[in-house]
Amino acid sequence: MSISRDEVAKLAHLARLDLQADELDHYAEQLDVILASVARVAEVAAADVPATSHPIPMTNVLRPDVPRTSLTSQEALSGAPSAQEGRFRVPRILDTE
Amino acid sequence: MSTVTDPVLDFDRALEIFDPVMGLEVHVELNTNTKMFCGCSTVFGGEPNSQVCPVCLGLPGSLPAVNAKAVESAIRIGLALNCQIASWCRFARKNYFYPDMPKNFQTSQYDEPICFGGYLDVQVPTAQGVQTVRVEIERAHMEEDTGKATHVGGATGRIQGADYSLVDYNRAGIPLIEIVTKPIEGAGIYAPEVAKAYVAALRDLLRSLDVSDVRMEQGSLRCDVNLSLRRSPTDEFGTRSETKNVNSLRSVERAVRYEIGRQAALLEAGGKVHQETRHWHEDTGVTTGGRSKEQAEDYRYFPEPDLVPIAPDVAWVEELRATLPENPGSRRLRLAAEWGLTDFEIDSVINAGVLDLVVATVAAGADQVGARKWWMGELSRIANEQGIEPEALSITPAEVARLEALIADGALNDKLARQVIEGVLAGEGDPDAVVAARGLAVVSDDGPLLAAIDDAIEANPDVVEKIKGGILPASGVIIGAVMKATKGQADAARVRELLFERLGVAPE
Amino acid sequence: MSNEHLTRLSAAELSQVLSSREVSAVEVTRAHLDRIASVDPSVHAFLHIDDEGALASANAVDAKRAAGEALGPLAGVPLALKDVMAMRGVPTTCGSKVLEGWRPPYDATVVSRLRAADVVILGKTNMDEFAMGSSTEHSAYGPTRNPWDLDRIPGGSGGGSAAALAAFEAPLAIGTDTGGSIRQPAAVTGTVGVKPTYGAVSRYGLVALASSLDQAGPCARSVEDAAMLHAVIAGYDPLDSTSINEPVPSVLEAARRGDVRGLKIGLVKELSGEGYQAGVTQRFNEAVEILTGLGAEVVEVSCPHFDYALAAYYLILPSEASSNLARFDGMRFGLREGDDGDNGVEQVMSLTREAGFGAEVKRRIMIGTYALSSGYYDAYYGQAQKVRTLIQRDFAAAFEKVDLLASPTAPTTAFRIGDKVDDPLAMYLNDVATIPVNLAGNCAMSLPIGLAPEDSLPVGLQFMAPAKADDRLYNAGAALEAALKDRWGHLLIEEAPAL
Repeated sequence: MSISRDEVAKLAHLARLDLQADELDHYAEQLDVILASVARVAEVAAADVPATSHPIPMTNVLRPDVPRTSLTSQEALSGAPSAQEGRFRVPRILDTE
Repeated sequence: MSTVTDPVLDFDRALEIFDPVMGLEVHVELNTNTKMFCGCSTVFGGEPNSQVCPVCLGLPGSLPAVNAKAVESAIRIGLALNCQIASWCRFARKNYFYPDMPKNFQTSQYDEPICFGGYLDVQVPTAQGVQTVRVEIERAHMEEDTGKATHVGGATGRIQGADYSLVDYNRAGIPLIEIVTKPIEGAGIYAPEVAKAYVAALRDLLRSLDVSDVRMEQGSLRCDVNLSLRRSPTDEFGTRSETKNVNSLRSVERAVRYEIGRQAALLEAGGKVHQETRHWHEDTGVTTGGRSKEQAEDYRYFPEPDLVPIAPDVAWVEELRATLPENPGSRRLRLAAEWGLTDFEIDSVINAGVLDLVVATVAAGADQVGARKWWMGELSRIANEQGIEPEALSITPAEVARLEALIADGALNDKLARQVIEGVLAGEGDPDAVVAARGLAVVSDDGPLLAAIDDAIEANPDVVEKIKGGILPASGVIIGAVMKATKGQADAARVRELLFERLGVAPE
Repeated sequence: MSNEHLTRLSAAELSQVLSSREVSAVEVTRAHLDRIASVDPSVHAFLHIDDEGALASANAVDAKRAAGEALGPLAGVPLALKDVMAMRGVPTTCGSKVLEGWRPPYDATVVSRLRAADVVILGKTNMDEFAMGSSTEHSAYGPTRNPWDLDRIPGGSGGGSAAALAAFEAPLAIGTDTGGSIRQPAAVTGTVGVKPTYGAVSRYGLVALASSLDQAGPCARSVEDAAMLHAVIAGYDPLDSTSINEPVPSVLEAARRGDVRGLKIGLVKELSGEGYQAGVTQRFNEAVEILTGLGAEVVEVSCPHFDYALAAYYLILPSEASSNLARFDGMRFGLREGDDGDNGVEQVMSLTREAGFGAEVKRRIMIGTYALSSGYYDAYYGQAQKVRTLIQRDFAAAFEKVDLLASPTAPTTAFRIGDKVDDPLAMYLNDVATIPVNLAGNCAMSLPIGLAPEDSLPVGLQFMAPAKADDRLYNAGAALEAALKDRWGHLLIEEAPAL
């Protein structure tokens, strides 16, 4: 199994990582090695085994519908790279095509 | 976004060639006090970003905690939709990047929805009368709403023009229930009506459960319409489009109708329907294309590791089942029996979308005949004129009941009542206030009536002769004149009585 | 009492001299801040030293004590906090550029509990970026150095916390452990580190790496100190839906008991042999002999699926991490790159993440994205979660026969800085013995058992116990520690070279 440069580019896009051209090859190589190694989980016969998603067998952990103190809007915006009129300012969302 | 309108094939012609298949996805905003995964308030209209916390803001280190009331509401909705309630289910992460999503994943449910496999029977008006259509429900699941982005245009001197957006996360994390139908097949030419009837019935059901405000125009009930065409009912489904921004029942019907026409025209011209998300425009009555979804987005769903499974036990589910209000089917039968209505009559009330209003008006003390008359008549007419739903009118069932009471007492007649309605809708106050302010009371003192009668008698000697000669209907002229003279505030029946007395004629 | 002396005391000893008012909290804090100023330029355990906050806390403790208030046992005792925990108003970077300068508007629950116990938080310690690593070389702010040999790694991802202890910059530290990030640094620095049962310590405010594996835990120079800290930070938290809500046996009582007579200890066959440094194996075997001498019964057990633990882990962790790290996009907090007015939001997000994340983080994000992709989910993430179930079953079967399991904590002693940093797979192998416990969700402790003969560097032994039986770790750990202390006349850490 070999992971191609194109596949790495697709993964980078899905993960919103702006990888440069030289990085694509570098990561393709490394990902290949790592993926080959972890693929050995397939060697384990586990057809009838249920998948774990939580290490502890708990269910129904619920919270009463009672309000809790929120952050103030100042606190909420305190880390914002850009804020305006009490809101988070973000670059334009739909790219003009 | 295309500014050229797509060609549309005439609806009837389209239905001769094609068989439409629909899928309706409805998102319900729950009316819980707090958000789905944190204790922030859900009250509408707060200052931007004043109802947020590390959790709904997606700050590093934050963790979700499930709102018990939201789970309860989800189960009740499922039960009311005749669904099976999962004995064990989990939340899942739906991963994608978007600035209104603080975590860049939505905590939702994927292959383990809390409710599945239900149905809703809806009454659809057809040429053959009202038909019952069973819309099958695929699933209902819990998820969280996103924040709200306001897009701002702006010239900053740069050639491309730097547009940006401002995001408020107050809405982020508010509980949503997504209800998805199975493909609705076989609706044929009534597809638009079926769609509308389903959303209306669903809305009424949700309202009766008191789980949401279900105001489409406010966004607490959102509908996405999926539609595809195929040449024959035995064919596979065609490619579907998804239409958003369908903000009213009227829009649901119109959007379905439009999409059928658009897709039919496209297919007949040899084109292919693109799997895309379209935007409905109520003002122009068309859909426009958005981003193409040729490649379905890979959401990389996996079970939410920060939350443990929800496993409602049978006892809890049955407890909740006992809290359900009467189901619409039984209610319809019961009311029809109580009110002595035929199927047609009760269905007319339901289709006019005013059953709840009529019931509430009766509960407030009105007679059901009067309640029905007003809601299905004058009030529906006004609502239609204004392009809104009857329940959006600024008059309450209690006020309508008061109106009926005033009429029954003889303080108002129908004509005056209409003026009172006008006043209440205009915000002049409740019925009594409007009556007082506008001086609309029926004249109950015989004095002025007699004076007006005498005037009319004098002015219409030939009519008086007719009446005395036994042509009693001619009295209408005199009565009309008196009504006019009293600006409609006379009680017509009393006028007639007094007139005959005056003329010494026996009323038959 | 001299500064030098104060910084050599254990937390238990400091607790005594503070409550007897032999010394003030401010003095203790100053002594440690001075120590940090003196040695941290060489060790680089700390990313941020909160002098002001620490002295303010210390002052408050002294005032309370003067007013006669009853204070908890750790009141006034200094502590170093791994920089992955949110602390209101204090820079929290997780060892990454993407969070440079970010000051959280809230406290992690662990931090709230520490504050409620009047612990004095000295500052935030260095770590591999977003806890991804076994050497602290992947920190965006430069590596931390092992006080035993400044050219060597202190372990990772929590190298800063372990190094702070080993350099006597603090008597207590908080770490987090996803695949060994508390235990492996403890092993290579001659200190004690515990990964509590999953759910024992709240994760609210712990910047998530792999949500189903992460756990915060106590780090100290002695088992008793670790127990005191464990007691403060553990407990139910309604803000964490995976938090255990039931009483568990006292770890402090167990640490003070230290009696292994009649205890059955299983040696895990799969966590030994090839790949383990000879000196590590030697010291491990010696420690096992000591345990037998103390009255424990030692048997060999086999946990066959442990051979697949590393593979399963390096599928599950990146998958969850790729999702957990999606929020770092430059929109609401932290670094924002490329917002020049022309770039759309997608580009700004991508540029920010490219600039803000290091290579190891990017690798794991991409592996995770791959493993969760449609078409690959079943073979990778799905399959890994099944292997995880089998590992849990291996543990369950083993614990039917024994009360505790034991293994070397790490296959080697501290390697040189730069040795493995360019070889991801070689780096991952450091976690081979610690990972199974994270996958299963039960608990484990590493404590020092000697120096490897070939390089005179610390070796750690790992005890593993069933979920919610953390007390068993402290009991056995205390017994072994006491026996070794008897043999050497002091704790191993006293042999660390002077800095």
